This record gives sequence, structure tokens and C-alpha cells, in this order.
Amino acid sequence: MNKAHLYLDNNATAPVRPEVIEEVCRVLEMGGNPSSVHYKGRSALHILENARKKIAAAIGADSEQIIFTSGGTEANNLALKGVVGRSCLLVGATEHDAVLQSAANLDRDVVILPVDNNGLVVREALLDAIDQRGGVNCLVSVMLANNETGVIQPVAELCRAAKERGALFHTDAVQALGKMPLDFNGLGVDMMSLSAHKMGGPQGVGALVIRENVPIRALMEGGGQERRRRSGTENLPAIAGFAKATDFLMELIETTKEMGCWRDRFEEKITTSCPKLIVHGQQVARLPNSSCISMPGVASETIVMAMDLAGICISAGSACSSGKVKASHVLKAMGMKDAVAGSSIRVSLGWQNQEQDLDVMQQKLLTLYQQKVKAE
Amino acid sequence: MASRPAYLDYQATTPLDPRVLEVMMPYLTEKFGNPHSVNHAFGWEAEAGVEVARGQIANLINVEPRDIIFTSGATEANNMAIKGIAFALHPRKSHVITQETEHKCVLESVRALENMGLRVTILPVDHEGLVDPERLAAEITEQTGLVSIMAVNNEIGTIQPLSEIGAVCKARDVVFHCDAVQGVGRIPIDIQGMHIDAMSLSGHKIYGPKGIGALYLRRTKNPVPLLPILNGGGQEGGLRPGTLSPALCAGMGAACEFMLREGPDELLRIEALGKRFWQELSSDLPEAQLNGSLQSRYWGNLNISFSGIKADRLLSRLKTIALSSGSACATDDANASYVLKAIGLEHGRAEASIRIGIGRQTTVEEMSAAREEIISAVTTLRSS
Repeated sequence: MNKAHLYLDNNATAPVRPEVIEEVCRVLEMGGNPSSVHYKGRSALHILENARKKIAAAIGADSEQIIFTSGGTEANNLALKGVVGRSCLLVGATEHDAVLQSAANLDRDVVILPVDNNGLVVREALLDAIDQRGGVNCLVSVMLANNETGVIQPVAELCRAAKERGALFHTDAVQALGKMPLDFNGLGVDMMSLSAHKMGGPQGVGALVIRENVPIRALMEGGGQERRRRSGTENLPAIAGFAKATDFLMELIETTKEMGCWRDRFEEKITTSCPKLIVHGQQVARLPNSSCISMPGVASETIVMAMDLAGICISAGSACSSGKVKASHVLKAMGMKDAVAGSSIRVSLGWQNQEQDLDVMQQKLLTLYQQKVKAE
Repeated sequence: MASRPAYLDYQATTPLDPRVLEVMMPYLTEKFGNPHSVNHAFGWEAEAGVEVARGQIANLINVEPRDIIFTSGATEANNMAIKGIAFALHPRKSHVITQETEHKCVLESVRALENMGLRVTILPVDHEGLVDPERLAAEITEQTGLVSIMAVNNEIGTIQPLSEIGAVCKARDVVFHCDAVQGVGRIPIDIQGMHIDAMSLSGHKIYGPKGIGALYLRRTKNPVPLLPILNGGGQEGGLRPGTLSPALCAGMGAACEFMLREGPDELLRIEALGKRFWQELSSDLPEAQLNGSLQSRYWGNLNISFSGIKADRLLSRLKTIALSSGSACATDDANASYVLKAIGLEHGRAEASIRIGIGRQTTVEEMSAAREEIISAVTTLRSS
């Protein structure tokens, strides 16, 4: 079944690279707890610290700045809930639920920052919100790239302005990793969340990259691993797999750049043949692998199901809101009406895809459009 | 002689059962989907794998599958249970009870609650490491919401009187959480009979993978309230967000399945190995002392002290066995074990203790070689 299916849902999760699988298995078979002092523990610790160095180097950070977590969700929770001494949280309206829900569950002053029609955080709104509350009280969280639309925020610029005012800045870079160049120190942010499974690494591992001077309290307390910032025996095979996946980071970023050309051609063809389709975020910089399209009048779920029957895996927005498909909060924040937000799909390419895959997608989408929209 | 030292540190972590790896492989390769992708076959297939695993875990401890919540490991399960239940009961109930030899992640979680203004009682243990259920009953007040007591201690192998503790909690209408990381699959645990309301499990202590654990939380009838400590995409019934790793879930599920089938026989074998080792060692080195309990002990854990000999000096002489001087987590702070202090061991003895962990791959030969080596190292250190 799988061989015949075309997988175009890489922002939900990407297939694990064969080299990564090999590395995960090697470490799985090796065993050992990095905190043990005997030979098995020592070799486990060696793998752990090498992985930390490798990942740090791949994203322009220092290895001491890496805190391994169980994934992007935990990294985002740790960033928002763990930071000490910031009573105001300013988060973008199109953030992932891990950020929005963390903020909603904190007993702090939370400001949801509006975005424009293209999904970009309104700079003045951010700066006003900081000025009203006093920068030293604020923690800002704005994602680098959106999981549904691929829209890239000008994080370096927003961060500079926010930090001039004394605010701390966190960015969720889960979707950005592997799809665009990423430089922690260059961005200037104080914290950055990462996940391995969106870029060819295994599920179950991520990291929070954090500057030394940011005061943070652990969410998981216990044995004091990760310099007391995240307790629990490290998921070593997955961490080693994460590091292995970063071997292919530059290559992946290059391939993804090429995907941008495929994606642009796909969007051009599909909007020419189906003029009622709306492509979101097209006016601004986006991840080259992502395309978010609405077919007004046809529910997201209908499109996704039809594509699945046609052998193509895509999604209606993010994968997390398990169960019912709701109108995307991302598109609603971008000012789209329910009819548009509720009829969107996300097509996302990964390292295993080819340009022809989008031709197939375009054909199938066109067929559906002709049945559902043109017929009206 | 084996080229690598014999591994006798099964409380720190266990080697992955090769059969478990086989079960995990398809989820790393072709079935790589996101189990929360509801719209396509890759998602369904991954989700199916997760649900089979959930069933296998539930089966091992005889509960409903929907009462199993996957976590990133036992540390998270313990943090989530203790903080999450205490938060949910607050302010109606504002008192939490635990005991002093719990794993650090339990003690630290409780300490965090104390810093937030909750009242915390940490029960003492006797010289065997046992909690007194009557003492527990005496500490419970109208304000008590949660009791957290472990099944088997990771450093000394003491098995707590779970039935009695559960009965006390049940009678006083207090939620009973049990850290069963070192107990599941090793000692019989009867969730219903012991009135356990929430229980933490780990994958890598039962020959499964690292990075995965589970919290049993009764949600079906008379549900236990819990506020999640992580927020996000609403996975795991809204209690624990984040993309699950189907490979890790499947691995833990398979490990539980093997435990269910082989655990009882394995326990007998390990018990025999442990008892024999101790008998022989103590007859050769009569001054050696077995820390913990003789009656209420998991015999796969032998915590032994040799007075006057520092553990690190002894460990450095043991070239062909890998074991530890206590919990793996605390090895970077060189303090003597708080668990050994709690059972009243004087500092000299507490510093002189080693832990021998016996497990699935341990052989009779390894145990006798280890015994010989320990005896000769102790004798040399004594005479020097």
C-alpha cells in the first residue's frame, strides 16, 4: 500500500533517512546510560556529547547551549514555562499549538500578536506591546517558519528590536530546521526550539537551544541531567540519530531550495487551471517545500480524503489537532473567512520527493476541482 | 573470557532485547508516518502501531488501554503524575506525602510543589528501607490529596508494602501514585488489588528503548484528575501533547509483551542467581553487608557494602564487570547515597557500597566471575 502512496505531508513528519536508521539501530544495540560511570556509561556519554557538538555546529550554536528534549512540543513548553522572571508573554497568532496552549495555561499576562494577510507578525503591534509592559518584563515567542503556510517571519529583525527594549526572544524553529539556513547566534534569539523528525531524524527527540545567561527552571525535575535543565535518562539512540541527520543538513537545504522551483511551477499551473484556488502567503518569503492552498466551498477534509483515495497523503493544516479537522487558526489569524480557512490543504515536500510528485498532485487536485467547483 | 566486561548494572538501564528492535524497525522505515495525521494511510498505520503498543502495556499491568498515556520516560511520567494530580486537586487538597528513598525525580517534583506553597510530608523508612503504612495513615489529614510511594527502590531493591499502602489510601480517599519503574515486570503488581490510581513505567528498564515511558492513570471509572504539565497539540487525550514516536511506542509495547510472557520465569531465575551470589559472597567475606531488606527484596538488585573500602576504589579494580555505586543519575555529584543514609547506614558504609544489578542476559558464569573478582579486589584493598 505504502509504495503506491505518494507522501506529501513532510511538515507533519518526514521519513527517516536510511543512514539515520542505521545510526539509531547501532546505538540501540549498544545500550548504556550516559550517567553511569562504567565503560558502557562512558561510551554512551561520549556519543551524547559528540551528538551535542555536531548539532550545535550545524545550527551555529555552542554545545553547552543545547538542551535535549523529547521533541519540539517539550522544547516550546520549556522555553515558555521555564523562563524565570518574565511576567508578560507575547506570542504570534499563527504559532504552533505547543506555544499557544503553553501561553494559555500560564498564569501570566499573555498578548497574542496579530499577523497581516500574509501571516507576518505586525511589527508595530509587537513593539507597542513591549513598550507598554516594559521590555524587561517580556518574553516574545515568534516562530521562524509556519508549519501550515511555510511563511517565514523576519525573526532576526524582530528579535533585534525586541532585545533593544530588554525583552527575551524565543523562536520555534521546528519547521525551519533543514528547510532554510539556520544560525542561532546570527539570529540573535535567546532560545530556539528544534525537532528531529521533521528533517529526516527520528521521532521522540528535539532540543531547546538557549543562551547561557537566560534564567530557566526545569519542567522535568529529577536526576539532574542536561545540566539540571531537563532530567530523565537521555534518549540516546534518537539523539544520535538527530546528530546523524544533521550530516545531511546542507544537502537538504540545497534540495529544498530546488523544491521551491517545483512548488512555484506547481502553484502557477494549478492556479491557472483552477482560478478559484487561493495560495496563502505567496507574497512573502516561505519555506520552499510548503504550499498551503484553499479551494473555497470544499471542506479541507473532503479534499484530503479525496487525495487519500487518489493515493496522495497531504493534510488539512497541522497534524496535531487529532480527530476533528477544525478551520485553521493560522489562516483565520491571517484574516481569512471561515469558508477559506476551512477549505485549506497543506502540501509539503521532503527529501524523498521528486518534481513529478507535484505533477501527480496537480492532476488529482484539478480533477477534484472540476468535479466540485467548476460544476457549480 | 569475554572481551567486554560483564554488564551488571540493570537498574541503570537494560540492553535492548533484539526481538524488540525487530518490532521497532518497520516504524523507523516504511511506517514512518505521524500517528496524529488523521487523513491518510501513513498516519493510520503509525497510529495503529501506537495503539497495539498501548494495548500491550495495558495488558501487562491489567488495565484498560485508554488509561495508558505515553511519555518521554519515567522522569516525565513521575513529574506529570505528581505535579499534574497535585495541581488538579489544589486548592481543595493541598498536602502531598512521599517517602525519603524515592527516585530523585519524585523527590524533586514534590519539592517543586513545596516551593509553590503546598504542604509536603516525606516519610522516613526503617533500616530495611520500608515505609510503615501505619505511620502513613497517621500523616494523612483532610487536606491530603496525593501519596506517592515507589514499588521497588532503584538503589537497594526494597519492595514497599504496596497492598497495605494502597488500602490506607483507599480508606482515606487519597490518590495513590506508584513509581513502578523498577517494579513492573519484576515483581507482581496488582493495580486493582493494591488500589493504585496512577503508576509510572519506563521502557528502557524492561529491555525496551530509551526515550519512552508511560503513565497509567485511571480515567475510565472514578477518574483521577490531572492537569497536564505540557500543553500543545492535544495528543494523548489532551493530557500529553507532542508527536509520539511509533517506533518507541512499539518497542515499549513489545518489551511489555515479552515481560508478560517471560517475566515470571525470569524472576525465578534472577532470584536464584541473586540469592546464590549473596550466599557465596557472604560466606567468603562475612563482613560484607547486604543493604536493604532480606524478606522484601527484589533479588536482581544486590546493594552490598564493605566497611572501610571506598566504592570508587573498589569499582576501579573491577575490570571485567560494569556495575555502579548507586543510582546512575546522581553519579556526577559525588555525595554518598541519600537512600543509604535514609536506611541509617553510617557514612563509612554508605560510601563503601556497590550495586550489582542482575538481568535477562546475566549468566551463572558471569555471576561467579564477578564474585571471584570482588572477593579478590576486597582482599587486596584490605591488605594494602
